[in-house]
Amino acid sequence: MTLSNNYDAIIIGGGHNGLVAAAYLARAGKKVVVLERRHIVGGAAVTEEIFPGYKFTEFSYVVSLLRPEIIRDLELPKHGLKILPLPSTFTPMENGDYLAAWDDHDLTRREIYRHSPKDAEAYDEYARVMARAAKAIKPIINLIPPDPSSLSIRDMMGLLKVGQYAASLKEKELYTIAKLATQSSADLLEEWFETDALKGTKAASGIIGTFLGPRSPGTAYVLLHHYMGEIDGAFRAWGFAKNGSGGVSGSILNAAQALGVEIRVNASVNQVKVKNGSAVGVILENGDEIQSKVVMSAADPKRTFLQFVEDKYLPDDFVTSIKNFRTRGSSGKVNIALSELPNFTAMPFEGKGHDSVLHRGAVSISPSIDYIERAYDDAKYGQISKRPYLDMIFPSMIDPDMAPPGQHVLSCFVQYAPYDLEGGWNDERRNQLGEAVISTIEQYAPNIRKCIVGMQVISPKDIEAIAGITGGNIFHGELLLHQIFFLRPTPQWADFRTPLKGYYFGAAGAHPGGGVMGAAGMLAAKEMLKDGKL
Amino acid sequence: MLNLKNTPFHERTSALCQPQNWRKWAGYFVVGSYEHVLDREYWAIRNSAALIDVSPLIKYIIKGKDAAALLHRVTTRDIHKMKIGQVVYTGWCDEEGKMIDDGTVSRLDETTFRLTAAEPNLRWLSMNAVDMQVEITEVTDDIAALSFQGPNTRKVLNKVVENSVDELKYFRLMKNKIKGIEVTISRTGYTGDLGYEIWMNAKDAIKIWDTLMEAGADYGITPVGILAMDMARVEAGLFMLDVDYTSSTHAWIESQKSSPFELGLDWTVALDKQGYFVGRRALEKEKREGSEWKMVGLEVDWVGMENIFKRVDLPPQIPSMAVRGSLPILSGNVQVGYASTSTWSPLLKKYIALAHLQKPYYEVGTDLRMEITVEHHRQHAPAKVVKLPFYEPEWKKR
Repeated sequence: MTLSNNYDAIIIGGGHNGLVAAAYLARAGKKVVVLERRHIVGGAAVTEEIFPGYKFTEFSYVVSLLRPEIIRDLELPKHGLKILPLPSTFTPMENGDYLAAWDDHDLTRREIYRHSPKDAEAYDEYARVMARAAKAIKPIINLIPPDPSSLSIRDMMGLLKVGQYAASLKEKELYTIAKLATQSSADLLEEWFETDALKGTKAASGIIGTFLGPRSPGTAYVLLHHYMGEIDGAFRAWGFAKNGSGGVSGSILNAAQALGVEIRVNASVNQVKVKNGSAVGVILENGDEIQSKVVMSAADPKRTFLQFVEDKYLPDDFVTSIKNFRTRGSSGKVNIALSELPNFTAMPFEGKGHDSVLHRGAVSISPSIDYIERAYDDAKYGQISKRPYLDMIFPSMIDPDMAPPGQHVLSCFVQYAPYDLEGGWNDERRNQLGEAVISTIEQYAPNIRKCIVGMQVISPKDIEAIAGITGGNIFHGELLLHQIFFLRPTPQWADFRTPLKGYYFGAAGAHPGGGVMGAAGMLAAKEMLKDGKL
Repeated sequence: MLNLKNTPFHERTSALCQPQNWRKWAGYFVVGSYEHVLDREYWAIRNSAALIDVSPLIKYIIKGKDAAALLHRVTTRDIHKMKIGQVVYTGWCDEEGKMIDDGTVSRLDETTFRLTAAEPNLRWLSMNAVDMQVEITEVTDDIAALSFQGPNTRKVLNKVVENSVDELKYFRLMKNKIKGIEVTISRTGYTGDLGYEIWMNAKDAIKIWDTLMEAGADYGITPVGILAMDMARVEAGLFMLDVDYTSSTHAWIESQKSSPFELGLDWTVALDKQGYFVGRRALEKEKREGSEWKMVGLEVDWVGMENIFKRVDLPPQIPSMAVRGSLPILSGNVQVGYASTSTWSPLLKKYIALAHLQKPYYEVGTDLRMEITVEHHRQHAPAKVVKLPFYEPEWKKR
């Protein structure tokens, strides 16, 4: 097959956002090629057999925020997407007890009641307040962030929309949102609950992907960000995609290919080619040149602007603000192949654990806010948390095809593992991270060590090296208040356009951020189509 | 105590049924759902292996020199062409070509058939067997049945059967043994996924259940109630007697009756077959003249529905299980039909319905509106006619 070297659009990076953008462009009849550095597409949403027979959802591992309109527009279920339920969250406690949230409302209330009758009551009210706040800010997800300093028609119209929208909020919602935007998740949760394990577990979703602790202001917003997927009525809460996150990318890939998108793997981009001040194609690392009318990067902001484009094509202040964009990786991932299930002493199973309810959902090591804050203390000074926060799932218990029959896989998100580790990352420090995880699990499930068949420890450095995300930040840049909406990735350039004409940016580092949403890719593609160059 | 019957699997199913959710089916109690939330059961059908007790299906053994002739006469299929080991799905009609019931016919040997039905049909069958050499025996209580549905079922079955089911084709059956126990396995089901139905003597039911549960443990085997199956069957475009149509023997008025054509069963009406069959003349006429009604798929436009809910500041709220209730369907402001079952499809992420529409509104692509209730008010969500089934995985027939 001879490959064409002339396209309407080149997408740099075959992560899920790149694939989404490509599919939307192809759907509009454009000739699109996706260039992927690795031998497989998916970016940070990949599933790989690191140990034969055991499939690891290597980096990202759950799905909730993936935009429902993308699922419908691209007909992803027809292309293999199945989002399986992840029905519970189980938090083993240091005193040997546990706290669980089940999929049935009454069961959960009864469970919380066991710990605190007041919390059981507050739980519903809290959920409603959060859902209302999430619903209130959700329309923003699909807005093209307008530049508040601009006088252009487009921005003015955009601002008008934001204004109309803000005016439509009820007073109470406005206060809630203002509080959420400024508070720490600890402060927020302490207003509501008294059970440590409940507060710890809730607080955990406020620190994910940030280099902050639960007592840092701004974390309440991250908590809200994770709530966003839960309010689409029937769409419900967090799920696990069949075949892991690779299943998400795989279905988008199938959809894109069915729409005629060309995919090139092992095609590492060296530079965006610029002619008369416009992006006109790319030069690959092997020297090949590919021409196109427009180029979109689905890499992280730093690669997109500091690596692919020569500084001279970008304004100095823009380059400076991209350099200042916070991409501090704070988490790692430990994927484990298991010969049997670890048995949690707080709710032990008999036999092989096939019916163990807790293993079908998430297991959260988050016994209290203090526990997580202490884990953060270690990280602040460049250390791996001695007792880290863990978010575990057993993919093989949800999708039995993830491991050989009777065997299992464990996906363990671990925070904190700072990118800037004192002394730097090496095998020894990686082992240290693995050991911190195992010894933490061991406290609650003493048989863990003898279950291990193989283990993959992924540090933020590895996230950077494998998935290509600068700093190893899972959101391509922290979801801090100064890094969202019209400030993401930098002021004036939050509308997926860049200072370089014909060059677009549509990935997690753009609005509305990360979490396997696909929104940035979709919105960027729509903006590209609007500009008339295609 | 006076009560309905329990199925031969009751000892197991009752121990597993957490939410005390029982449903009545043809005079038996069956499990509605085993868990408080349907999700896992639904997904077992679509992603692993669902074990469903379908024993209440009414079953007849029809045996004798004229067994084929009787079924050829009663049903709309060409029974004489059936091979031994073949299964066909069929409806059967009254003289006016209106559906009485539907089910499957399995040819067990040259002169022995098994017929399944939703309702008792012994009287109807006997009435049609006048002067025929045929023996009709109801075996509903004697034969227990498990529907084993989902992409992993083949792997699990192969672990326990004497003869591999690899070569068992779609809508064929085979005699087999599980742990030495004689069973019949058919490649059939009510979910539109890869699946099998296992037919056994009632006394062997518990042993077969236990064997499958043990063998399937590593493959995600999950006992599944009929509520999750109800969602899957809508996705598969399969209808149900008394929910999606009324038997002509039960209808109070003419308009409650449906012909096979009106239910989209054109493919099961063998007008080219030899000889008389009940309803032939009426069906030939309807074929010539076209049908007034047709059952089709209806897909609700999610964004359109979202917008209607937005007016009262709510996200879309629809039941998370199949709803067996009639919902009016409009073209403009005129009612042109109704949905008989509607459901949220967790796989497709769509709100779908089996819809009965008048000519010409049943053409694929027609824009219509379906009634939804938003905060106690009737509203109409935009919807489109689509082809059935809504979902058909490539492995269903492979």
